[in-house]
Amino acid sequence: MNHEAIKELLYKMADDQLILGHRNSEWTGFGPLLEEDIAFSSMAQDKIGHSLALYTILHELGEQDPDTIAFTRNADQFHNTVFTELPNAEYDFSLIRHFLYDTSEALRFEILSQSSFEPLAQLAIKVRGELRYHTMHANTWIKQLGSATEESISKLQKSLEYALPYALGLFEPSLYESKLINEKVFEGEKALEEKWKKKVEEVIAQTQLQLPNWKTLTPHYGGRIGKHSEHLQPLLDEMSEVLRIDPTAEW
Amino acid sequence: MYGGGNIFDEIKPDDVAGEDSIKLAEFEARIDRGEKIEPTDWMPKLYRKQLIRMIEQHAHSEIIGALPEGTWITRAPGFKRKMALMAKVQDEVGHGQLLYSAAETLGKSREQMIDDLINGKSKYSNVFNYPTFTWADCCFISWLVDAGAIVNQLANAKGSYGPYCRALERICAEESFHLKYGHHCVIYLASGTQKQRDMFQEAIYRWWPPMMHFFGPSDKISVHTEILMKWKVKMDTNDNMRNQFLDMYVPKIWELGFTIPDPKLKKNTATGRWEYTEPDWDEFKRVINGGGPCNKERLEVRRIAEERGRWVREALRAPKTEYITPLA
Repeated sequence: MNHEAIKELLYKMADDQLILGHRNSEWTGFGPLLEEDIAFSSMAQDKIGHSLALYTILHELGEQDPDTIAFTRNADQFHNTVFTELPNAEYDFSLIRHFLYDTSEALRFEILSQSSFEPLAQLAIKVRGELRYHTMHANTWIKQLGSATEESISKLQKSLEYALPYALGLFEPSLYESKLINEKVFEGEKALEEKWKKKVEEVIAQTQLQLPNWKTLTPHYGGRIGKHSEHLQPLLDEMSEVLRIDPTAEW
Repeated sequence: MYGGGNIFDEIKPDDVAGEDSIKLAEFEARIDRGEKIEPTDWMPKLYRKQLIRMIEQHAHSEIIGALPEGTWITRAPGFKRKMALMAKVQDEVGHGQLLYSAAETLGKSREQMIDDLINGKSKYSNVFNYPTFTWADCCFISWLVDAGAIVNQLANAKGSYGPYCRALERICAEESFHLKYGHHCVIYLASGTQKQRDMFQEAIYRWWPPMMHFFGPSDKISVHTEILMKWKVKMDTNDNMRNQFLDMYVPKIWELGFTIPDPKLKKNTATGRWEYTEPDWDEFKRVINGGGPCNKERLEVRRIAEERGRWVREALRAPKTEYITPLA
């Protein structure tokens, strides 16, 4: 089994989870209502927990320990999509990102529950159960706010149009696509993207929101190969702020 | 967290004058028998008013209290601390939700309570008007401010109002984990490098005065609340709770080799009570009334969050618009 290919897959998934988990956690204390504050905090905990589980598999494959991997790399060593590192902005963008991202994440883990790479398949079986609640949460809110007031519909529509090219960046093909597919580790980004588009269409069709023609959108690639926006490095600096006070210390 | 140091108004003798004396006697007899008062039961107006005030202050303290610790979630050192702190702060917000619901059973809506928080009519625990400069400040709150809150809440859980007591039982169960988490963080600072020890020592210097304020003004100067104690709204005096806290935690802090910035602090073995320098109650009043280092910032954050979230709450109230295919 090709470990380089598997590591690349694990890194991008783990980094996505960590960075978006970090962003979700920034809603703590600031949600539009207490229930949403609590929900985003729950999802943040799940995402950070998933990233830890993925970094742990990487550690078993010979990479450094999870704390070192997560807290000491620079932005250009991260493989998350630019989509996950964008600031939370207003709730409409955070909600749209949650919907688009978690839909893809749920499908990705569903696919990976069949992976020939046993540790990942085991993890995926566990994680997909949690993700059902994330997508249920996202879909409920998208359906409600996407069909409620003129203001809520127009805010969501604007955020949806802004977010979609970034969301397509989730499916940036890796150098190892064919290896992963041939070794039955993962069906590949293309297959995932098609499933994701169908799911997104299905939910959006139940709202007053309009999806643009997919063909008119240019995916925002680059994150998977370390090309990030100006937002990632400050996020990482903040994340490692305490650890850097004394890197030899145990906290 | 985070009940503690509730501020009560002075109660005038005629506050219960208009009440039906037979009903009042029955009500007091029930409380004496240890029965719980439930939302639909008869209760004196003063009881309702003071309970709303107390539970509301407690709820506000939970959501405002989420801010000084919440700001360290994104900076927590390592996975273990990050995940625990996220869960802890989420618990606090959850406690707020639970307590607003308990207060709502007495007839004040959550929206009204949050409006009163933002416009400054209702208070929250004074301790959250101080800033968390370092990770060690955050650890101080998780361990010692939570410890103080537990002293207060365990007492209040034996109170007379059913919904509040039930909420507090659930809250206390979660708080005991917070205390363990906070203590664990502090142990690591205490047994770590010199830099880490210094960080926590400095946090103690900063947080000791607000911690002493936490239980509210000294019994010598606080307003008379005998009737509230008789009705089991207030369960113990401020000084008793402060003493209980000192009894449980000062030895633990000293055991870790830290200095508490009060040369008079010692236990009087004859009385069993702790002696200490009288906290600066003028400072306490000044901070309660808006003059603390973070009052403006805390309320501003809450106000902005409410304002930015208004469209969401309005959209929740609005019925879904169904798409209708045009006829032609």
